[in-house]
Amino acid sequence: MTITFILDALITVIGITTPILLAATGELIVEKSGVINLGVEGMMLVGAIAGFAVTFETGNPWLGILIAMVSGAVAASIFGVMVLSLGANQVATGLALTIFGIGLSSLIGSNYVGIAIDPLDSPFPDTLALDTFWRIVFGHSPFVYFAVFLVLATGFFLNKTRAGLVLRAVGENDFSAHSIGYPVIRIRYLAIAFGGAAAGIAGADFSLVISPLWAEQMTAGRGWIALALVVFAGWRAGRLLAGSYFFGVLMALELYAKASGFAILPSQFWAAMPYLIAVIVLALLSSRDGKGGKAPACLGKPFIPNG
Amino acid sequence: MTKFTRRDFVKTAAAASVLPLMGASANAAEPLKVAYIYIGPVGDYGWTWAHDKGRKELEAALGSAVKTSYVENVKEDASAIPVLRDLARQGNKLIFATSFGYMDQVLEVAKEFPDVKFEHCTGFKRADNVTTYNSRFHEGRAVTGTLAGKVSKSGVIGYLGSFKIPEVVMGVNAYTLAAQAINPKIETKLVMIDSWFDPAKETSATETLANLGCDVIATHTDSPAPLQFCQKKGIFGFGQGADMSKFAPKAQLSAIEDIWGPHYIARAKAMIDGSWKSEDFWDGIKEGSVKISPYNASVPKDAQDAANKVFEGYRAGTYDVFTGPIYDQAGTLRVKAGEKLGLGDLATIDWYVKGVQSA
Repeated sequence: MTITFILDALITVIGITTPILLAATGELIVEKSGVINLGVEGMMLVGAIAGFAVTFETGNPWLGILIAMVSGAVAASIFGVMVLSLGANQVATGLALTIFGIGLSSLIGSNYVGIAIDPLDSPFPDTLALDTFWRIVFGHSPFVYFAVFLVLATGFFLNKTRAGLVLRAVGENDFSAHSIGYPVIRIRYLAIAFGGAAAGIAGADFSLVISPLWAEQMTAGRGWIALALVVFAGWRAGRLLAGSYFFGVLMALELYAKASGFAILPSQFWAAMPYLIAVIVLALLSSRDGKGGKAPACLGKPFIPNG
Repeated sequence: MTKFTRRDFVKTAAAASVLPLMGASANAAEPLKVAYIYIGPVGDYGWTWAHDKGRKELEAALGSAVKTSYVENVKEDASAIPVLRDLARQGNKLIFATSFGYMDQVLEVAKEFPDVKFEHCTGFKRADNVTTYNSRFHEGRAVTGTLAGKVSKSGVIGYLGSFKIPEVVMGVNAYTLAAQAINPKIETKLVMIDSWFDPAKETSATETLANLGCDVIATHTDSPAPLQFCQKKGIFGFGQGADMSKFAPKAQLSAIEDIWGPHYIARAKAMIDGSWKSEDFWDGIKEGSVKISPYNASVPKDAQDAANKVFEGYRAGTYDVFTGPIYDQAGTLRVKAGEKLGLGDLATIDWYVKGVQSA
């Protein structure tokens, strides 16, 4: 096994991880504000079809990404109206959003089945990514760099900025935040829209880069993995970054183990293994420092002022 | 045509189940109701897309004499049972179940509805009202394997599979044996992704095979995503179920096209004239059920000739890729020189030929 081979494998890992990391980062902000949105899968699909359709119609992938982001945020805002303004149950509404996203994307997408577009390439000139080593640094789609930037920025925002502190306060104790004058509902709206925008971009990663086509339900359950990762990461940005890549390594390991013939265990075991190991590792991590599993105190609870 | 998703289906099924059963009193003027259950979305542009194309051909051919509907994204677990049961209750007289994993569920529901005819695709268990039908895709795999043997420079070719079921195993074997007939040293690396449809995982698995040295990669999953990756990477692959050349104009050497329409039309006609009986259909190149898409312009002439020879051999009935001697992975002689693996053996095959590297 050569270095080049390991680096090539690392490129696979980065490809697998990026959309999950993007969606999970968005959901982290949502949950930190005290709202749980189970509609990630649906918002990703809306972003995937919006990004694909706009890119195909206009030939401009950047416009496609922008519209994917906006569509995800709009879909999320529908959820926001339901749970924040109308006080609907968050879990049920989030599930409904997933179903809605699957249906809507399939409906719009029926006109785009069987169409191909060119994949979105690295934003850097080809001359920077000639060999495998430099491809690791410069050879990725813009989504890869953006995902890492976004999760680091999110970590900084949550822990080092005043606005982040307010967001966390809203998630930990909405009544206290409200009583000292913070607009709880408005902050949650913004957090939900951010989560939707990130999920929309994650969806566009699927339909513009990973497999540049539209296929119904092409995200194939990645939204649920993103949701799980937020919990496993103990609602921390740094651990979310590490956890997502760890998960990506496990998923790639499954494929490499099978293809190179050293997987002696049944194929189904390999498919389940990333989930199994992720659960075990994160359970160990959270039991060690006792802080790993701490959810925002108001997570999932509706906020009704003066109620 | 009525489009159902599974969720619509649950709602309408609840309503429909309280209606009286219409089937027994149906008169001749009423159209024959035909239903399909699909493993993936009709928009997969692969396996399910090809079945749905067959369904549309049936509607076009028989017009008002038939009324078809389908339920897509039906899982291959116990949840297929209520879907099948409700389709039968809604007065469908002919139900096609188009994936291997529906086998036992079809048999179970068929027992409850003796006057409804079921047809299960790619399975091997039948009953008085259950027919099985399949295509000899492996004949197409032998043609594409021949191309792979000619085109591969590394001598290592890839196969992206879904599950270890006979249909996939015989595909891997046919592809490998045909490639070895061209270049005896050919090795096939195999990845099963435990899914029929997951474009992202299909892409990563193809990337994995490419990184392990495969320069021609066949797919046995349902989306064009692997071919798109091959295109980007500058290696080659084959369309699966449909001509996917527009997704990868350079990378697609050829494609295996599944042609289901004629079977669906023939079986619906048999229902209408009362001649339907339980049978086992296994058609291939000869009958027109398996087609090979036009070769890519980049395929060298001698490779085209070699592939054509295999294709014509199947059409004339003079060639069979499963002609011995065939050794398994451990080197044990499984088929003696001059003997052939019969269709019965193929239908339950669970071992790979020598040269396949699998987990």
